[in-house]
Amino acid sequence: MSLFFSYLSILLALTSGLLAILGEYGGFRLPTGKVDLAPGQDQNGTIHRFLLRSIHELSHQQGVFALLLLSGIGAVIGGATALLTNQIARDILPLGLPWMHWHVRLDALSGFFLIIIGIGIIPVSLYGPGYIRQYRQDRYPLWLLGLCTGLFVAGMELVLLADDAFFFMIAWELMSVSSYFLVAFQHEHARNRRAAFLYLLMAVVGAIAIILAFGVLASFSHGFDFDGFRDNPLTPFWATSAFLLALVGFGMKAGLVPGHAWLPEAHPVAPSHISALMSGVMLKIAIYGLMRFSFDLLGNIQWQWGVVVLAVGTSSAVLGILYAFQQNHVKTLLAYSSIENMGIIAMGLGLAMIFTGAGRAELGVIGLLAALYHCLNHSIFKNLLFLAAGSVIHQSHESDLDHLGGLIHRMPKTAFIMLMGCVAISALPPLNGFVSEWLTFQAALQATSLESGVLRSMIPMAAAALAFTGALAAATFIKLFGIGFLGLPRSQHAAHTREVAHLGMLSGPGLLVGLCLLFGLLPTFVIQALEPVTALLLGATLPSASAQGGLWLTPGTQSVASYSAPFVAIGLLLAWWVTQAFTKRVSPDEPKRGPAWDCGFGGLNAKMQYTSTAFSQPVRRIFSPVWDLQESHEGASAFSLTHRPVRHHLEVGDQSWRLLYHPIGNLTAEAARRVARLQGGSIRVYITYSFATLLLLLGIASL
Amino acid sequence: MNGLLATLEPLLFIFISPLLAGWIKWIKCRLQNRRPPSLLQPYRDLAKLFRKTPVVASHASWIFEATPYILFASMLLAVAIIPSIAVHLPTASIADVIALVGFLALGRFFLILAGLDIGTAFGGMGSSREATIATLAEPAMLMGVFTLAMSANTTNLAIAIDYVLDSGLVLRPSFVFALAGMVMVAIAETGRVPIDNPATHLELTMIHEAMILEYSGRHLALIEWAGQIRLMLFGVLIANLFFPWGIAETLTPDALTKGLAAMLAKLMELGMLLATAEMMLAKMRIFRVQDYLGFAYLLSLLGMLSHVILEVG
Repeated sequence: MSLFFSYLSILLALTSGLLAILGEYGGFRLPTGKVDLAPGQDQNGTIHRFLLRSIHELSHQQGVFALLLLSGIGAVIGGATALLTNQIARDILPLGLPWMHWHVRLDALSGFFLIIIGIGIIPVSLYGPGYIRQYRQDRYPLWLLGLCTGLFVAGMELVLLADDAFFFMIAWELMSVSSYFLVAFQHEHARNRRAAFLYLLMAVVGAIAIILAFGVLASFSHGFDFDGFRDNPLTPFWATSAFLLALVGFGMKAGLVPGHAWLPEAHPVAPSHISALMSGVMLKIAIYGLMRFSFDLLGNIQWQWGVVVLAVGTSSAVLGILYAFQQNHVKTLLAYSSIENMGIIAMGLGLAMIFTGAGRAELGVIGLLAALYHCLNHSIFKNLLFLAAGSVIHQSHESDLDHLGGLIHRMPKTAFIMLMGCVAISALPPLNGFVSEWLTFQAALQATSLESGVLRSMIPMAAAALAFTGALAAATFIKLFGIGFLGLPRSQHAAHTREVAHLGMLSGPGLLVGLCLLFGLLPTFVIQALEPVTALLLGATLPSASAQGGLWLTPGTQSVASYSAPFVAIGLLLAWWVTQAFTKRVSPDEPKRGPAWDCGFGGLNAKMQYTSTAFSQPVRRIFSPVWDLQESHEGASAFSLTHRPVRHHLEVGDQSWRLLYHPIGNLTAEAARRVARLQGGSIRVYITYSFATLLLLLGIASL
Repeated sequence: MNGLLATLEPLLFIFISPLLAGWIKWIKCRLQNRRPPSLLQPYRDLAKLFRKTPVVASHASWIFEATPYILFASMLLAVAIIPSIAVHLPTASIADVIALVGFLALGRFFLILAGLDIGTAFGGMGSSREATIATLAEPAMLMGVFTLAMSANTTNLAIAIDYVLDSGLVLRPSFVFALAGMVMVAIAETGRVPIDNPATHLELTMIHEAMILEYSGRHLALIEWAGQIRLMLFGVLIANLFFPWGIAETLTPDALTKGLAAMLAKLMELGMLLATAEMMLAKMRIFRVQDYLGFAYLLSLLGMLSHVILEVG
């Protein structure tokens, strides 16, 4: 049953990709005509043909996205069935190599992530038809976009179903390569080509690490299927090696520091609905890989692994949000914030590993739940934010915060959607982001029950780093919303922006706003539904979480901590109502409207506002060693009495390039130069090489 | 009965809070050899502001008008969950101390947005500075709270207070450090000297005031009142977490009266300390704030480490 819907979902995604090609090259394409209204031509016929073509393309693209929508619904149904019934469905597909068919398995963990994929696709497929209209005007190859989107979605779902290493890697690469084409979609900009290449390069390096990790497992087992991996335990040394390789591979895909460099380059340049899928969904697939590999295939978690994951997660969270705060480009800001959120997820995972490794699996459950819940939450609000940011860029043709402003008056609905996303991602009650951060804090505070004093003091420090991250995330999203949507418009484009016309571009993200509320208000039900996953991975559940009924979330006993999201929401509404009623009673008259006071200076204009760069200046100054800062002033002089134009130039670079990537690049180039000495260019040298190789091989063969 | 108490306590709390502001001002004036205004002056100010019709900038968005209500509502909710007069109220278990920090952050989120809404330079400046200080203060505050939470093995405020009451007056190094850290954070979070000066209207030195310059009438009244509640909230939090003695452990009228008296006495004392400290200190420049809050964080961290090393062992 669950497998049927998952297969259906994959087939629908593939069909949507095929339909995209058929529309372009298939037999049923209608004759097209130029909109060339030269005198003497049959004007009516031309217009008629043009209209027909537009209608045809429109319905065709809608077909592509409708199939994608169905695929998403199928994924949600399939995943929910697997998760709620808690049955493991298995299958063997007669595909792949003759002696190695593809093993398929759908359990609660895959089911949960399948739901995340489904929840990601549904709003994107509502949003897509309106968003890609701009590409049609600019004559981009829409068939490629449709095809790769279909393959990308199918690839992600196949990763979840894979039950042998061979199939897993094929699905993994399908996901990586198809998303490469999506990143490179607008390839006429050099920046996009560079980003796509970097993405491909790092995906390949990551894949090598994953293959090596599987290789370690396979050498202890008799095949490549996961069941063999599960049944054959590794020696501690090899288990740690396999784990570290997997952490490198999956961590690079998940955008954990220091393997994050591709993410802030690749995510912003893809079309916005694809960025939403990549940030919202694909990064979670990498987390799925890490969970599957370490908890399920390796087993026997050692607490030292958890320390590594916690350290990586903490640094990703802190650095990710520090970098995000300094960005002025809307989508780059969101991309860096994804690194932060992946860091938070990794922190939850690391805590789960530490507790499990120390023999306290019942506490590890809290960490694992926090990680899973944050996966779900981030997939919702990051999807929402990317879609809303896409609407802004689509309508205003500006992506720099310093050229936006005042959009709340011109795009009120998009502004509301964006605001809800910002509140949710800033981990403010009563929306969903708060719940998962609260759970992460609760997991961290269980550290007192550990034996080791080092761990006991290290984990609360990670929790304090998480508090810093949360506060800075709020500042970052205040900047995004406050500079972009409030104040006065900073450019002509921003001043003439209009609300999106396509209904899907509102209903898609609007749906996600609803989910933010739903998962924020009813956390206990989600935690209950996740019980099979923790039972599968840790062999433990958290029965106390819902012991006080559906309204209370109590990870320990009620005396340890409790949070009741519905009561908080009701309390907030009640407090709001009381305040309103009281104020109405005391002063009933409507507020007067007038020009802004501005301390009586008058003549307020858009240039006087704080810019995005200025807003983040204090933090930039306090934590200046974190960034690779290049700042210069031109023409500024304290003693100048004349009015001169002043230029301020600021570049905020990523330190990881200076410290890690450029050295590695230089080393590689140097090594390549040395190897290149072998290539003399003369045919005699090459014949000598062949001869020597032949002799060597003969020598080996005769041994 | 419990429900009635649970609604009465926050109401009492918010109606006392202007008195605390008046008290601090009174002490400060006496210390500076000035003639103090009446203790009730803050009430008169609020009443005056509530009566006036607010003027809103013509290009303000709905966020500007909604913010005072959101801020006040979040503060009201925060008040409802902290034990002030009695330890165990039915509302206390709705949310714990992490959620309390969340409520304060929710109000501040909208206040900072409102500072950016009109598009004046002062508003932006205040917002940017407030966001920076909040970023630095929140980890320090949570670190202090975590020290307590780890000792008492709970993040629930009522249970933590119970724990302190049960274990009696023991001098724990971790508590001393955490208390010092929390006091420093509380000063920063409530916008007092040396971080911010609530009395100043000199543009370049303002933080909190710069954000709310555009507000008037009942909007301003709500914001000012929320600020006074915030001050009292931090006072009660520190007083009751570290010195909970006197708080009502049962819900009898006797105990409640005693609890109220104890709370008022503690607040008066804290107000006197705060006023004296403000008298002797000068406001620091904005880029010294990170040192101040870094020190607060360090103190809380020391508290945490001394708990882990000395007390659990």
